[in-house]
Amino acid sequence: MNLQVDGLSFNYPCHEVLKGISFSMKRGECLAILGTNGAGKSTLLKCINKILRPQGGSVLIEQENIKDFRQVELAKKVAYVSQSNHSTATTVFDSILIGRKPYIKWDVSKNDLNIVNETIKMLSLEKFVLKNVDELSGGEYQKVLIGRALAQETDVLMLDEPTSSLDLKNQLEVLQLIKEIASLKNITAVVTIHDLNLALRFADKYILLKNGVIHAAGGKEVITETNIKQVYGVDVTVEQVNDRSVVVPV
Amino acid sequence: MLKKPNAVIEVDGDSLELYQKFNSKKTGLIIILCMLLLIVSILAMNSGAMELDPTDIIKTLMSIGSEISSVVVWRIRLPRILAAVIAGAGLAVAGCVMQNNLRNPLASPSTLGISSAAAFGANIAIIVLGAGTVQSSAVQPIIVNNPYLVTIFAFVFSMGATMVILMLARMRNFSPEAIILAGVALSSLFGAGTTLIQYFAESVQIAAAVFWTFGDLGRAAWTEVSIMAIVVGLSMIYFMMKRWDYNALDNGPDAAKSLGVNVERTRFFGLLVSSMITAVTVSFLGVIGFVGLVAPQMVRRLIGGDHRFLIPISALMGSLLLLVSDTFARTIISPIVLPVGAVTSFLGAPLFLYLLIKGGKRS
Ligand SMILES: Nc1ncnc2c1ncn2[C@@H]1O[C@H](COP(=O)(O)OP(=O)(O)O)[C@@H](O)[C@H]1O
Ligand SMILES: [Mg+2]
Repeated sequence: MNLQVDGLSFNYPCHEVLKGISFSMKRGECLAILGTNGAGKSTLLKCINKILRPQGGSVLIEQENIKDFRQVELAKKVAYVSQSNHSTATTVFDSILIGRKPYIKWDVSKNDLNIVNETIKMLSLEKFVLKNVDELSGGEYQKVLIGRALAQETDVLMLDEPTSSLDLKNQLEVLQLIKEIASLKNITAVVTIHDLNLALRFADKYILLKNGVIHAAGGKEVITETNIKQVYGVDVTVEQVNDRSVVVPV
Repeated sequence: MLKKPNAVIEVDGDSLELYQKFNSKKTGLIIILCMLLLIVSILAMNSGAMELDPTDIIKTLMSIGSEISSVVVWRIRLPRILAAVIAGAGLAVAGCVMQNNLRNPLASPSTLGISSAAAFGANIAIIVLGAGTVQSSAVQPIIVNNPYLVTIFAFVFSMGATMVILMLARMRNFSPEAIILAGVALSSLFGAGTTLIQYFAESVQIAAAVFWTFGDLGRAAWTEVSIMAIVVGLSMIYFMMKRWDYNALDNGPDAAKSLGVNVERTRFFGLLVSSMITAVTVSFLGVIGFVGLVAPQMVRRLIGGDHRFLIPISALMGSLLLLVSDTFARTIISPIVLPVGAVTSFLGAPLFLYLLIKGGKRS
């Protein structure tokens, strides 16, 4: 297993957030983490990345416990794009280049620069190389952040609500991109997302998180009317349109 | 939509070339500013109460000049110019790193209450302990019997303030906002202390104390200049070693952590080192405001936020700003020397406003 989470639990000083989360992912797979606001999705991602230190359980990447990694070493294995992003006055090139940070000793190498160059090509960002990221549209900026994570060359790529501020076209584009990257680079992608229909289009696996526990996990078959009713408290029907499952609120 | 990478990895693509050109422009700016600083230094050496032309100065520097010009150059002008260059650079990089570490464009060397603490220490030395009065480079000197005591008190108090803030930040895991607010609180506490001391002091003492806070580059002799040079030099090396961490921090603390940066430690040492620079400078020279705030902000607007360039160029900008201001301050209505802090603001503020209005960033 590329990513294995066992009995992970986390609490803030007076607030239990994650209660024994376990799941595992193979290389090349995409995981969608679903759940209401406050269910603990962001907390889960931060625990996998040691931004937060879980109180219990373990996270293994290629059978190695991340507890034993220094933060820099972990940064070579897990990349993370957070939910709230600070766009600053740096160029697109520099923003992607900082993804090489875990590898930089004194200065960037030729190899680092070439990787950034390739990433820019791959994401078709050539037009924006020297543009400041705070002058980009939401979709373009999200791509730059994905580029930064890609330049990090990790085994696991985690994105917290990458589509929540994007229009329909960019939502599709960004998720398509993540899916292609996962299979092309043979890495695990973990994405939190609110739009169930979008999730159904691209993910291989699903986790429905409710109050810090996994309510259901598995393939498309877990996106059922009862599960959604139980997690979101909303009545829906799941219909088949052109061989795809579609969630329709009633 | 995803372009498959070419089988053969192309070196030197278009984007890379563009980027490297973009960076070589910044390197060019470093060279230009270095030359400018050299020219201004020579001009500053020429100007003053005693007329010296460049040949005199070169002769003196090679120790074949006249005795009087040797005294003027070696004992008065050169240490003063070096003090401006070093203090300007130090305050500017301190401001640059504080703005990054505290994620606040208004952060500056005085943000953590260091300057107020130094001023309070100096007031205690001058008024309570009667260290007397400061040696001014102006015509009628207000005499200080014991400038070392004043310097030591200023330094001890400013480092004390720094320690208090950093300990709070470490123990209570303060956010940058909380650190800034703590700095503001401490600053006003020391301000109040200073007011109280002065309230019960005699007017001569108050004059000396107020004069001390104005900041004066003429206070620096070779010892002070050397100490400042060592502190600022080592700090700059440290900051340059951390330049990639600062770039990562600009993306927010979570992103920086996920890039492998130890955010708390980077911030702790960044603030400690910038505070050291500030404490040393303020203790030796008095309060010199504005350079530390405005020099890095100007540079940010000119070349963007990449600390590989931001740190050295801010240093050069700070040096230039302080040196030009000091040269104006001592020549414009010579022999009266204006307080350099005020002149810095007079020259720097319009320049900065111009850059703000122009709104540009990149070269
Ligand atoms: N810094 C914090 N301190 C205390 N509680 C927090 C903090 N951050 C998040 N929480 C709480 O943890 C729970 C899970 O939050 P989060 O993981 O951000 O949810 P999600 O991403 O699923 O919307 C929420 O109830 C939230 O209020
Ligand atoms: Mg969240």
